[in-house]
Amino acid sequence: MTSKNAPSTSAISSPASNKSGLAYQLRRIWHVGQDVVLPVGTFIALLLFWEFCVRVFEIPIYLLPAPSLIYAETAAEWSIVWGHTMATLVTVLLGFGLSIIISLPLGFALTSSRHVSNAIYPLLVLTQSIPKVALAPILVIALGANELPRVAVTFLVAFFPLVIAIATGLLSVPADLIELSRSYKTNRLQELLRIRVPYAIPFIFSGLKAAIALAVVGAVVGEFVTSDRGLGYLIQTSTAFFRMPLAFGAMVLLSIMGIVLFQIVGIAERILFPWSSSKQVFAG
Amino acid sequence: MNTALKARASQVPGHTTTPSLEAQDVTSINITNASKIFQSWDGDEIVALEDVSLDIKENEFVSLVGPSGCGKSTMLRLLAGLILPTGGSVEIDGTPVNEPRKETGIVFQKATLLPWKTIIDNVLFPLSVMREMKPDSEQTAHDLLSLAGLGGFEKKYPDELSGGMQQRAAICRALVHDPEILLMDEPFGALDALTREEMALELLRIWTERPKTIVFVTHSIPEAVLMSDRVVVMSARPGRILEIIDVPIERPRTFEVEARNDFQKCAQHIRHLITGK
Repeated sequence: MTSKNAPSTSAISSPASNKSGLAYQLRRIWHVGQDVVLPVGTFIALLLFWEFCVRVFEIPIYLLPAPSLIYAETAAEWSIVWGHTMATLVTVLLGFGLSIIISLPLGFALTSSRHVSNAIYPLLVLTQSIPKVALAPILVIALGANELPRVAVTFLVAFFPLVIAIATGLLSVPADLIELSRSYKTNRLQELLRIRVPYAIPFIFSGLKAAIALAVVGAVVGEFVTSDRGLGYLIQTSTAFFRMPLAFGAMVLLSIMGIVLFQIVGIAERILFPWSSSKQVFAG
Repeated sequence: MNTALKARASQVPGHTTTPSLEAQDVTSINITNASKIFQSWDGDEIVALEDVSLDIKENEFVSLVGPSGCGKSTMLRLLAGLILPTGGSVEIDGTPVNEPRKETGIVFQKATLLPWKTIIDNVLFPLSVMREMKPDSEQTAHDLLSLAGLGGFEKKYPDELSGGMQQRAAICRALVHDPEILLMDEPFGALDALTREEMALELLRIWTERPKTIVFVTHSIPEAVLMSDRVVVMSARPGRILEIIDVPIERPRTFEVEARNDFQKCAQHIRHLITGK
């Protein structure tokens, strides 16, 4: 038997004949246009509508500042705003890093045996049922007025979906694959490292994406409670002095930070594990 | 064709074996009064296999057929050492099978290729995980893939191959450490009818070039008759062997033999045993 019997090879290359021609090019431009122009256009239209409404109806600044004013005031204080942004970024990354360091062994432990799972799982759920905003002031007393309580809150907000995603991924390995690996006399460590962990990679990255988005939320919660810098702190102080445009500016920067970090995780997945990102797995 | 196959071809039609040939027949697998009882979580006992005895000779091609739940797959897993019998014994070359053996290869219904590895790395997986990679291992894998018609697909990922090609890669993987015994659990069950027939002949060809003891579980009676030296017909609940049938058709076999009278009679007989009609 040769590859002529393989239907997939010819199927892959067959659309090539359609790739020339004006109709195809127009269709392609239309599709790219839909993917890029439509969302960007909608966003710009929304900003213009916002600006228009604020000016026409003379909405007071403390209710809703115009986009142009937000930009102007944020740009005017840029060096200060930038410092706050970096402070928040450090908290987010430390909390996210701590989540990874703790979630990986936790995920392994949860899936290692029913007993371990029974022992740990209720505790994990308990940590999620405690409101983090309520916990934060207590953590300040326990850990001191420094970076630690903020990182701890960030971790507590971010780590849970990651643990669940890791455990789900490790447990969703098909029984066939486990039997296959056992038939080659693998020990438990080999089974974990060579079958379960690679299989769980798409799940783990879903968890990482959820965790990085939540880490930004956690960092701001931490800053609200105890901080003298960071975008959360900036929002608090700006609103205290009715500097609404600056508070809005900080909020926009937080969103951008969340989007950029989320995208970085996605890009890292595509570069490091190209076979993983092609799989549409949504967990956590 | 090698001498072993000639011997087999001349041996089968008359249902008798000459003493000289009998001396060559090395028994490879002995299943003696084996049973397997599964305990479900609520304490119910499920008898998957009851008092099954079967001897399989070296380089013999034996098929297991029977209705769902007749314990075909259980028997294969006993032979693989993935599960242990609750009664009786399963021996390979005189040694009880207590755990998976390095000299056994397994092919499942699904290809079960690792999606994160290329085809060649998937084929090499048994060697790498058993730490038996040698300088010529890669060449062995290449040769196997070419033999299975997958030359040129070494660097592809499983996702990029059709179902039939994936299953062929899985067969190559099972053969890469040159096992004495190949266990196949409905290996073509997930394939379409045309690919399935093609793969059956393909497997026969590979088996001719590299003789092995093959235990082949299937739902398809014609497939079993076409490929096997002997067909083991099993019954369900509890799983028992009803009859072991010698296939009186000389090798090499092609699809043409399916039209023959002796083929039809053999298939009819098996069908009658299974359905009772």
